[in-house]
Amino acid sequence: MTKWAMIIDIDKCIACYACFNACKDEFWDNIYPPYSASIKKRGQTFIRLLKRERGKFPYVKVSYMPILCMQCEDPKCMKVAKNGAVYKRDDGIVIIDPVKAVGQKEIVNACPYGAVSWNDEKKLPQKCTLCVHRIEAGKNPRCVDVCPSGALIFGDLDDEKSEVSKKLRDGLAEPFHPEYGTKPKVFYINLHKMTKYFIAGSVAFEDTDDCAEGVEVRLTNLKTNEFKVAFTDFFGSFEFDGLEPHTEYLVELKYPGYQTKEIKVKLEEKDVYLGYIFLKRDY
Amino acid sequence: MSEEKRYTNCTKGGPVFVYVKDGRIVRVEPLELSPDDAESWAIEARGKIFSPPRKALISSWSLSVRAKVYAPNRILHPLKRVDFDPNGQRNPENRGKSGYEPISWNEALDILCSEIERIVRKDGPAAILTTASSHHSWGNVGYRTSAYHRFMAILGATYADHNPDSWEGWFWGAMHHWGFSWRLGIPEQYDLLEDALKYCEMIVFWSCDPHATLGTYGGHESVPWRFWLKELGVKMVFIDPFFNWTAMNFADKWIAPRPGTDTALALAIAYTWIKEGTYDKEYIEKRTLGFDKWRAYVLGEEDGVPKTPEWAEKICDVPAREIRALAREWAKRRTMLACGRGGMGGACRAAYGHEWARIMVLLAAMQGLGKPGRNIWGTTAGVPYNGKFYFPGYAEGGISGDATNTAAATLLSRGVTRIPVRWTVNEPQGQHVLRLLIPEAILNPPVRWRGKGFAGAFPEAQFREYKYPEDGFPLARMFWRYGTSYISTMTETNRWVKMYRSPKLEFVVSQAIWFEGEAKFADLILPACTNFERWDIGEWASSGGYTPHLSYSTNHRIIVLQMKCIEPLGESKSDYEIFSMVAKRLGFYEKYTENGMSELDWVKRIFEVSDLPKYISWEEFFKKGYFVVPIPKPYKSTPALRWFAEGRKRDTPDPGLPGGRLMGIPDGYGLGTPSGLLEFEASTLKRFDPNDPERPTIPKYIPSWEGCESPLAQKYQLQLISPHPRFSFFTQYDGKDSWINDIPDHRRKGKDGYDYWIIRINPVDAAKRGIKDGDLVKVFNDRGAVICIAEVTERVRPGVVHSYEGSAVYDPVDEPGGSPDRGGCINLLTPSRLMSKNASGMAPNSCLVEIVRWEGV
Repeated sequence: MTKWAMIIDIDKCIACYACFNACKDEFWDNIYPPYSASIKKRGQTFIRLLKRERGKFPYVKVSYMPILCMQCEDPKCMKVAKNGAVYKRDDGIVIIDPVKAVGQKEIVNACPYGAVSWNDEKKLPQKCTLCVHRIEAGKNPRCVDVCPSGALIFGDLDDEKSEVSKKLRDGLAEPFHPEYGTKPKVFYINLHKMTKYFIAGSVAFEDTDDCAEGVEVRLTNLKTNEFKVAFTDFFGSFEFDGLEPHTEYLVELKYPGYQTKEIKVKLEEKDVYLGYIFLKRDY
Repeated sequence: MSEEKRYTNCTKGGPVFVYVKDGRIVRVEPLELSPDDAESWAIEARGKIFSPPRKALISSWSLSVRAKVYAPNRILHPLKRVDFDPNGQRNPENRGKSGYEPISWNEALDILCSEIERIVRKDGPAAILTTASSHHSWGNVGYRTSAYHRFMAILGATYADHNPDSWEGWFWGAMHHWGFSWRLGIPEQYDLLEDALKYCEMIVFWSCDPHATLGTYGGHESVPWRFWLKELGVKMVFIDPFFNWTAMNFADKWIAPRPGTDTALALAIAYTWIKEGTYDKEYIEKRTLGFDKWRAYVLGEEDGVPKTPEWAEKICDVPAREIRALAREWAKRRTMLACGRGGMGGACRAAYGHEWARIMVLLAAMQGLGKPGRNIWGTTAGVPYNGKFYFPGYAEGGISGDATNTAAATLLSRGVTRIPVRWTVNEPQGQHVLRLLIPEAILNPPVRWRGKGFAGAFPEAQFREYKYPEDGFPLARMFWRYGTSYISTMTETNRWVKMYRSPKLEFVVSQAIWFEGEAKFADLILPACTNFERWDIGEWASSGGYTPHLSYSTNHRIIVLQMKCIEPLGESKSDYEIFSMVAKRLGFYEKYTENGMSELDWVKRIFEVSDLPKYISWEEFFKKGYFVVPIPKPYKSTPALRWFAEGRKRDTPDPGLPGGRLMGIPDGYGLGTPSGLLEFEASTLKRFDPNDPERPTIPKYIPSWEGCESPLAQKYQLQLISPHPRFSFFTQYDGKDSWINDIPDHRRKGKDGYDYWIIRINPVDAAKRGIKDGDLVKVFNDRGAVICIAEVTERVRPGVVHSYEGSAVYDPVDEPGGSPDRGGCINLLTPSRLMSKNASGMAPNSCLVEIVRWEGV
């Protein structure tokens, strides 16, 4: 059997929108019966980017995440569809029938990922077909082919040797919002960049006013007492990413010849940049 | 229904397969190499082998070609302004307001040719002014330096020379320290990818965003390279007032100086190296000249102001400790300095931008410029390259046959045309205008400036003073505009609007594809087609001329037969055909077309005179549609400037000027400076004007004439930077009702459904003004006002706003030239003042504005 899936590495997404542009090129004014009708030139897309900006000047992080039909094993759109307007193929691809689905706006609202759009000209719910018409011709989906950084990986889950299978086995990829319970077959690497939080700071020596490189920074989760250690870089910066919110952490800074410094951080749903922290000489 | 047929073509951002069905383009995909194409290179470095994908990583916007080919504002018929009567009332004051009516090609040619004859008979050809947008299409036949140049040469119009708009500072500044005049001040980049993969430990991206600017034409070809470098542990530091797109993926550190203060930051780095003795003293001794004089300035011995990190902190608002940390790491690690495409960057398009570019060269020299892993390298060029294979770039003039104003010498010697032409008005004895000064030239002559556009013969060429009108020459009364981009790409562009509405221009003709920008100010519009509707031939990313071998910014040299995929839409025609028709009316059809050559005939001619026939027959090329140039085996790497660092004879394949010579010491040693050395004190500047306080013989920090330290900053408190756009190539992919406008990082819809241009503002500045994300705002200063949509973001430093140049849409809410523009032409606001007293460059990034919420007119 074949089960098509996609893995997207958020770290590799450069937000160039090549996936979006290629998708528009593929589907605007083009029909691929029986899988898809054409989409509108403006105001409709099968793939969009979620943006997340974190931190505060001068410590800023930005990530983008392509969102498209998750090709759920248990698709909610299929449940609300009438007349079998949404069906799942044996290879796992979920299709909205462009004829049967006319007028069924519920299909749009059923998708928890917002991956189904409404074509108001055709009165039709539409979504990514994973370029099934291309897959059947032995090609990759358009977005996968044009991604310049290789952030989008496409392959067969039932093939142990496929890259998607390997990545999943390595435990690097995870679904977005698994709690929706739809069992997506689109997975993400580095998802924490979109869903978790960081604590970062910059360290300087008070006596020389130089950036403090090589300071040992220990971050302890005061709830679980688990800790992580990092060392500051040549700008004196450190960062712990992927942290759970609503948690209190202790940041301890140690450097030989300087007084150890401790800072408590109550991390809520906002990334924390502590700014410059000055270490005092230990006389 | 017929089957889909595959054609080939090439865009500014890369080669494409174009699928056509029933006469309509249905899909545009990146070109993919086939197994029988030439082998890809492989670089072995640090125990790994790096090889590029065998497909073209074309620019993202190239994938939206269909949206612009089938744009609703394509001009499909010749158009005449309704209230323009060449034999009666011309109503020039209504330009930009009046509507248009379609007329036949015959009527259009009647008007155009009778106007040309009327004007030329009275005042001679120099009374016709013409200029082309820098970037119009792609190919060696239909490009501006080709079909357009050939026509205008024979017609004999006054040409408005282009300024080196994207790399002003390198042209007006850096050139005097390291030569490279034949590259207009930008360095060679040969084999620097391999050099970086092997040796580089840190990259300092200074005013450099390759994910946005793509090494100019290289699409996303270099994206994998930066990921490879990251994988190898190379540290990346970004210096930019905007947390740019490349920083987003790679920044280990973001340093955000106030715009216009980068040179102060750079001086403090030099100060740290000098004080701590951490620069390459042997290199300074053997390869450079005049270091002591600059050293004295840096240390404050000349002016009593030591350029310490603490001094710089006060100016650029970067902590002194971070400047020291960067300086120390840079001295410790083999570091590449990335400035734009290895010599570009927004910091060089500013008041005294030449000082920044000059200091970049000097910093690189202090760390052994040219030694392994130490170079000026934009991370977008320098793959293993076959520089011996000849195929012309667009600047080599194509069919122009004009060796004075294009780099046509090589093509001519290879027999590209049996009928060479001369553009006599555009020769040294003729009349000239600098593009930046066109409005003043029309409205308020005379004007004076230095340097004839791309003056690259030698560094001294840029010193020559020009004036308009030239002695005894006529003033221009007719303007033949080719392309429509300038309202959003030149500076203080309400000047352009005012010029267009002046009776001093008796007749304006616009040759354009889309009804946008300046097209709406013409009396007559000639509808041109895109390069998907005509034949051409071109190599991806190859400009030739002053930028030889630029296709080393793509992973494979790909030469494309640019097929006529579809018939021209409506009554639009290729530029060559338009010019041919006019030439026929004016009596020089045979000369223009070389006795009736078609575009495809010219394509074949260019094929024949290139090196292609040594590898592939015309028939095979015609069928396949492209050719990949093989790399010689074994490949011998010759990294840029390594020869100079090691005191060897030049070994890179740099061809120098076509028909000229490589500047420098005649035996092949040394740089293109008078001494052959890298000059800290520029002897060319010393000879020209040793007392120019605005471009001294050694580079200095000179506070911007419109920056954070200017008195005007009291009134207009925000510094506007306007880099090249990320989701369009200048105006080419913006507007046109393209889906590009749906990219929320390009334009955003206001509540009224209009696609507004984005301005990015820091939350601190937004809060002070009561501005929220998504609010419509009026960005203004004494020069005008632009309505934008606010993006409130931490990605710009406080005190700075960021908005791209390149809006295709000029849409004044009321009177053109005097009311706010909601199209987003941010260059309405940028100053027209030239970079410095003797440097005739543009300085759009020195611009003060204020912003208020906009509630409508």
